[in-house]
Amino acid sequence: MDFNDTPEQAKFRAQCREWLEANASLKESKSSGHSDSSLENHLQVAKAWQQKKYEAGWAMLHWPKEYGGIEASPIERIIWGQEEAKFNVPGGIFEIGLGMCGPVMMQYASAEQKDRYLAPMAEGKEIWCQLFSEPAAGSDVAGLRSKAEKDGDDWIINGQKVWTSGAHYSDFGILVVRHDPDIAKHKGLTFFFVDMKSPGITVKPIKQITGQAGSGSGFNEVYFDDVRIPDSQRLGEIGDGWKVAITTLMNERLAVGDAKGSDIEEALILSKTQDDAGEALIKNDSVRERLADWFCQANGLKYTKFRTISALSKGEAPGPEASITKIVSANKLQEIGNFGIDSGDMAGMLIDEDDGVSSFQGAWLGAPGLRIAGGTDEILRNVIAERVLGLPQDPRADKGLAFKDIPTKA
Amino acid sequence: MNLDFSDDQKFLQDDAKKFFDKEGGLNNARTVMDNALEGDQELWQKIVDLGWTGIRVPEKYEGLGLGHLELCVIAEELGRSLAPVPFSSSVYFFTEALIKFGSEDIKSNLLPKLVSGDVVGTYGIAEDKHQATESNLVVTVESEKINGVKIAVPDAGVASQMIVVVKSNTGTDLRLVDLNDASVKVTQQKNIDTSRAFFKVEFTDTPSQLIGASGEGWDHIQHLLDQAAVLFAFEQVGGSQAALDMAKAYSMERFAFGRQIGSYQAIKHKLADMYIAITLAKSNCYYGAWALSSESAELPLAAATSRVSATKAFQLCSKENIQTHGGNGFTWEYDCHLFYKRSKVLSVLLGSEATWKEKLVTSLEKTNTLVKE
Repeated sequence: MDFNDTPEQAKFRAQCREWLEANASLKESKSSGHSDSSLENHLQVAKAWQQKKYEAGWAMLHWPKEYGGIEASPIERIIWGQEEAKFNVPGGIFEIGLGMCGPVMMQYASAEQKDRYLAPMAEGKEIWCQLFSEPAAGSDVAGLRSKAEKDGDDWIINGQKVWTSGAHYSDFGILVVRHDPDIAKHKGLTFFFVDMKSPGITVKPIKQITGQAGSGSGFNEVYFDDVRIPDSQRLGEIGDGWKVAITTLMNERLAVGDAKGSDIEEALILSKTQDDAGEALIKNDSVRERLADWFCQANGLKYTKFRTISALSKGEAPGPEASITKIVSANKLQEIGNFGIDSGDMAGMLIDEDDGVSSFQGAWLGAPGLRIAGGTDEILRNVIAERVLGLPQDPRADKGLAFKDIPTKA
Repeated sequence: MNLDFSDDQKFLQDDAKKFFDKEGGLNNARTVMDNALEGDQELWQKIVDLGWTGIRVPEKYEGLGLGHLELCVIAEELGRSLAPVPFSSSVYFFTEALIKFGSEDIKSNLLPKLVSGDVVGTYGIAEDKHQATESNLVVTVESEKINGVKIAVPDAGVASQMIVVVKSNTGTDLRLVDLNDASVKVTQQKNIDTSRAFFKVEFTDTPSQLIGASGEGWDHIQHLLDQAAVLFAFEQVGGSQAALDMAKAYSMERFAFGRQIGSYQAIKHKLADMYIAITLAKSNCYYGAWALSSESAELPLAAATSRVSATKAFQLCSKENIQTHGGNGFTWEYDCHLFYKRSKVLSVLLGSEATWKEKLVTSLEKTNTLVKE
């Protein structure tokens, strides 16, 4: 048992480090990051950084060599991620494209389409988004209702998508829609990619619980009003939409990991510094008990991740242990955010950007979203129960019904 | 990064699992419980024959000279099968105390006998129903003679040697005592888990030998508790997993309202929460195992984290296993209560959850950086 790299991993890490040091500056502290005043500015900086990585071969490590990747192993991707995270570089723009849209295009798009779209995606010249969730199709995403109707060589799309990260600055998107409501739910779906500048597409940023829109996770509503998509932009066969979507969602599940934000370290620092009736908060027994609980959770997640990395490092398939990550971290974030606000006692509700508590307020406001995004707590418990423990699926009220006959209200 | 056991260690664990299954699994604990025995002598002898009592004992004292990681994997299997044997008292505690703090004389006399099973050792800390601290110790040593009473001493009925934490004129000492001495009186005490036996041990001018440095016994015992906490945590993880497996099996075979109860989300989510608790505990145990086997200065934090996490997991899994079984879970016939009782005994045996949370936070207060990347 040790925490060391193998010689090959150490060599790869040194290569990552060498290039990063030559091209970026180290973060001053662990929590400091890139903060740009405007979205446009952030996009510009992010695109420039992606371009730089692309030219040096670091942009899409896991992609096949024929599309410009180096077919990096999972452990190499982790090492790159660990090293890049130490530097003051922009992120959060290209992950959906490179992680989900790119692989699905490689598998289903024509040779000409791959030539046309993959390089600009990798280079950061074109940004991609994913259009799956709908107002009436969240956890039950296969219940989506946006329609695709065939018209000559085109399809006409009508409906609404929601929770689309980055739609407001994306050039293209992958889209799953219903081509046939008269057959079973999962069978009537078809998958496309779409030019986000197509006539009939309207993108509306969602004003979130935080009061902000277009910043943070940058969620949007996307309306389709007689949007025309050529049949050549269909990915997979007509009716294979669910199968294609599942492949993409599997990639998402790998991408959504720890809830970022206030954690045990911040709670501990706050407990040591924040005054509580003349003494540090950490002298309070109820605070000590909660710190112990959060440390057990945070440390347990950290070493769960290390176990996964250890398996990958040996070229083994990791166990199912990482399936607990989001459910534990999102709930912990909510509790720690709550604790931080409480530390201000009667004045805990007041926002002061410069004090140590505002980040906890941000965590507390953001945590409810993290408990939902990428699989709700409840869906994730079902996933653990059914896929990890092997318990039977719930009986489904929509089984065997044509989509149009599935009940939607009491 | 290699936070994993070696192939040899996994092989040993697999052997241990097969061994306990073959020897009857939970039936051993049940037999001890049903017949008010002090432990399963036959099972213990087989464990001795396998050499597990000598895992950590250096070869010059006739042991196998292996590391703590081998003990960790065996501990998990002992926990899974709820084996009613004095392994934790004699191996995690007594043997470790001698290896770490014993004089050459004591080691060459006792370690080979611990390996061969001729000697079983145990330890005594508690004196009353409250948290034991250095300042509330009453049992005293003077001129090598011990006087006073220790309670809740595990396995004293089968042990012949004991490490006793006592007040001395230099502070706290660890003293080695022969339980067969006429001045020692051992009486079994009633306890909630009758698959294990606990004793009151009374000393009247009992002769003793110093273990470790005089006056430093409290630090010594904390170190031994930290080491044992990691191993107990592996037992707790093993027990948790067995309770979850049992709950899962029942939820698949039991029908209510025309379907398997395991198809209801109320049960699924309960079992998912058990899995989450076990996964966190297990990962914390790996951290504990690393700290234990590498003699890291992080051991106090790693031990407390493993213990708190594993205590929570075993208590959750054992109580929710009963709940999943409904009325059957409350009967003597079903095995659910074996886990419930053992989880409670293990949760207090080295000190309560609150005591270990306090140790955890005290360690955190001393640390400035938490993240090792």
